Amino acid sequence: MTGAFKPKHQRLVLVVIALAALIAAALLAMWALRNQASYFYVPSDIAARPPAAGRAVRLGGMIENGSLKTRPDGVTIDFVVEDGKARVPVSFTGIVPDLFTEGSGVVAEGSMQRDGRFLATNLLAKHDENYVPRELKDMTEAQKRQTVAEATR
Amino acid sequence: MIAELGLAALWLAAALAALQLFGGVLGLRPRGEALAAVVRPAAVVQAVLCALAFAALIAVFARTDLSVALVAKNSHSEKPLIFKLAGAWGNHEGSMLMWVMIMAAAGGLIALVERRLPERTMLATLAAQAFVSLGFYAFLLISSNPFARLDPAPLEGAGLNPLLQDLGLAFHPPTLYCGYVGLSIAFSFAVGALLTRQVTPEFAKVMRPWVLGAWIFLTLGITAGSYWAYYELGWGGWWFWDPVENASLMPWLAATALLHSASVLAARDALRAWTIMLGVVAFSMSMIGTFLVRSGILTSVHAFAVDPTRGTFILALLAIYIGGALLLFAVRAGSVAEGERFSIMSREGALVVNNVALSAILGIVLLGTLYPLLTEAFGVRVSVGPPYFNPVSAMFFAPMLLVLAVGPLLRWRRDRFDRVQASVVAAAVAGMAALTAALLIGGIKLLPMIGMGLAGMLAVASFLPLKGRSLRRLPLPVWGMCIAHFGMGVALFGVAADSAFTQERLVAARVGDTARVGPWTIRLASVSPVAGPNWTALQAQLQASYNGHAPHQIEPQARTFWTPPQSTSESALLTRWNGQLYAVIGGEAEGDRWQLRLWWKPFVTWIWYGGGLIGFGGLLSLVGRVSGDLKRRSVRRRHAERRAEATA
Repeated sequence: MTGAFKPKHQRLVLVVIALAALIAAALLAMWALRNQASYFYVPSDIAARPPAAGRAVRLGGMIENGSLKTRPDGVTIDFVVEDGKARVPVSFTGIVPDLFTEGSGVVAEGSMQRDGRFLATNLLAKHDENYVPRELKDMTEAQKRQTVAEATR
Repeated sequence: MIAELGLAALWLAAALAALQLFGGVLGLRPRGEALAAVVRPAAVVQAVLCALAFAALIAVFARTDLSVALVAKNSHSEKPLIFKLAGAWGNHEGSMLMWVMIMAAAGGLIALVERRLPERTMLATLAAQAFVSLGFYAFLLISSNPFARLDPAPLEGAGLNPLLQDLGLAFHPPTLYCGYVGLSIAFSFAVGALLTRQVTPEFAKVMRPWVLGAWIFLTLGITAGSYWAYYELGWGGWWFWDPVENASLMPWLAATALLHSASVLAARDALRAWTIMLGVVAFSMSMIGTFLVRSGILTSVHAFAVDPTRGTFILALLAIYIGGALLLFAVRAGSVAEGERFSIMSREGALVVNNVALSAILGIVLLGTLYPLLTEAFGVRVSVGPPYFNPVSAMFFAPMLLVLAVGPLLRWRRDRFDRVQASVVAAAVAGMAALTAALLIGGIKLLPMIGMGLAGMLAVASFLPLKGRSLRRLPLPVWGMCIAHFGMGVALFGVAADSAFTQERLVAARVGDTARVGPWTIRLASVSPVAGPNWTALQAQLQASYNGHAPHQIEPQARTFWTPPQSTSESALLTRWNGQLYAVIGGEAEGDRWQLRLWWKPFVTWIWYGGGLIGFGGLLSLVGRVSGDLKRRSVRRRHAERRAEATA
């Protein structure tokens, strides 16, 4: 197959193949980003236009007072994330971060289930002053509730 | 006093960089020889001064001199000495000083030893190196002075982030920085060669060992960083596609491409402009990574300080250096004459595929890293994670590895497939065997399955270039290549096995309870409080036995530090040749139970063994190239001496 081209043409073919591959990479990346990026929701977003069940998203808000319950297995918890306008029930199996308490902010990674629960696979919480998830940091700085309200605007 | 000495040394070094720049630029003009003579000494003295400044910083940290603002902010008198020292670069200012020091050291080193290039290209290269250094000196001295005093001095320091109080920290950043900043030499060489239009095979041969050196450091730095994240963060993952990790991966991808294209330029005088371009891109990726990490637009354990002026400063530096270099490239690339031609079916052709694939992966990672910043400008918050990075990069990674199996077997310039057919079949058989084994085990997802097939293929294919050659006479760089490619296969197998076979158990256990994960039976023997130098912890004693063998004791801890107040979980690992048991203790659950998270991760350690092999392969190749150069140099000197004697 290589014998069919003169050297000069071969060079051109190489350049064309390389360019095609790079353009394909760019298009593929853009397409995948639109489909695979996980969007940030607050509870009222979820009430207004819920994400498709099973799609990876992040949910941020306040842990409702009195909503935190541990199941008998000792490692699964249920709680409600609210933003003053809407509430989303959340389940999580795992070890919770240290600063995870009722009344404080949380960002949960996971997906909505068909029954309207949010199944969290990971909870992001404040590790220390220097390492705060972006959304959480805004919440603690700007008096949590207002920030959640801002985010819903 | 020590702090003032350090600061003075830094200012002097900056002045010498300015001298080096002007000497280099003016020296390039006709009759500039006198000025040109200052350039090399300036580079060497500058390196010594920077080393002094860095030593001064280490000294104030060792003595916990709290009148230095940086020490007060990041250290504490009750910290173990090793972490006091490591704390010197575990913060923004100190790490930038290290950056500048390594950059000066690299410049000083090429000024001292590199005599093979035309002197004009050397002058332009050292001027470029000084130009880049000057920006970072300005950044350090104007917006991030590490030696600033604090008056009055506080009685006690604020301490170091406990996550960073780990032996890994003592080595991870310096290693990574040697890699990042070492690439500045490739950048300066590229700019120097463009300025003097000297893009020759000789140029590639000169640049290659320096790139190789930086690349080895990057490889080992990334490998160590990944292991650190794995055991220190307690999440059981080894790569999170965190922007900071991507910031280290991108220069590595560019440098890997550069190494391969430089070998084409060195051996065949082809891919001239492209190699120069990669030299510019590799260090640009280092700078972009620094910008992402240090500007505070990304929050992570690596973002020491959120300071918008610093971000703007680095952004301006980026615009000047990357923009300037690309502009120079655009103006000059046309005058870099077209290189030698080659057939697609040749070593060069395979290396072009490698370069295109690596560039595509680089683009994919860069896009994914910047995408959240782009959407945030439009008020949409997203995060991009493994569901994007894994499949999209695999689409280019897998074909690249397929070509990797064939490429090293091909001849330069032009080859026929039937000549290498037998070897290719051997590699393909190995790959299919691995794939079939993965299929028979069953329940493995598509990507890990492909990974295992490719790993099996690589294990055989990476040593096929040795076929029919005398192993004793084989040059070291060929050994290096084979071992690095084999390391790629080992790491890939580790990655695939970890994602295919990992088993996880999450239990709330009473003292005396047992839990099973994979082949392991783990008994919670006790939970007790323990105290360290600057922390207290709850420690679980676990007795873990593998398939009923005698139990080993492991002790995961949940630590609480008090300066600054923070909690970390110290995972406990039990390593076997075929994998690792990973245990974390969580909180207390109702009914006197303790949360335990246990993972059995078959072959996970192969990821880092593979990374080590890749680095070791690079090292062999470097040793081979440098010793070869030294030998040639001494032969040339002897010839010159003999000729001098003959004429005398």
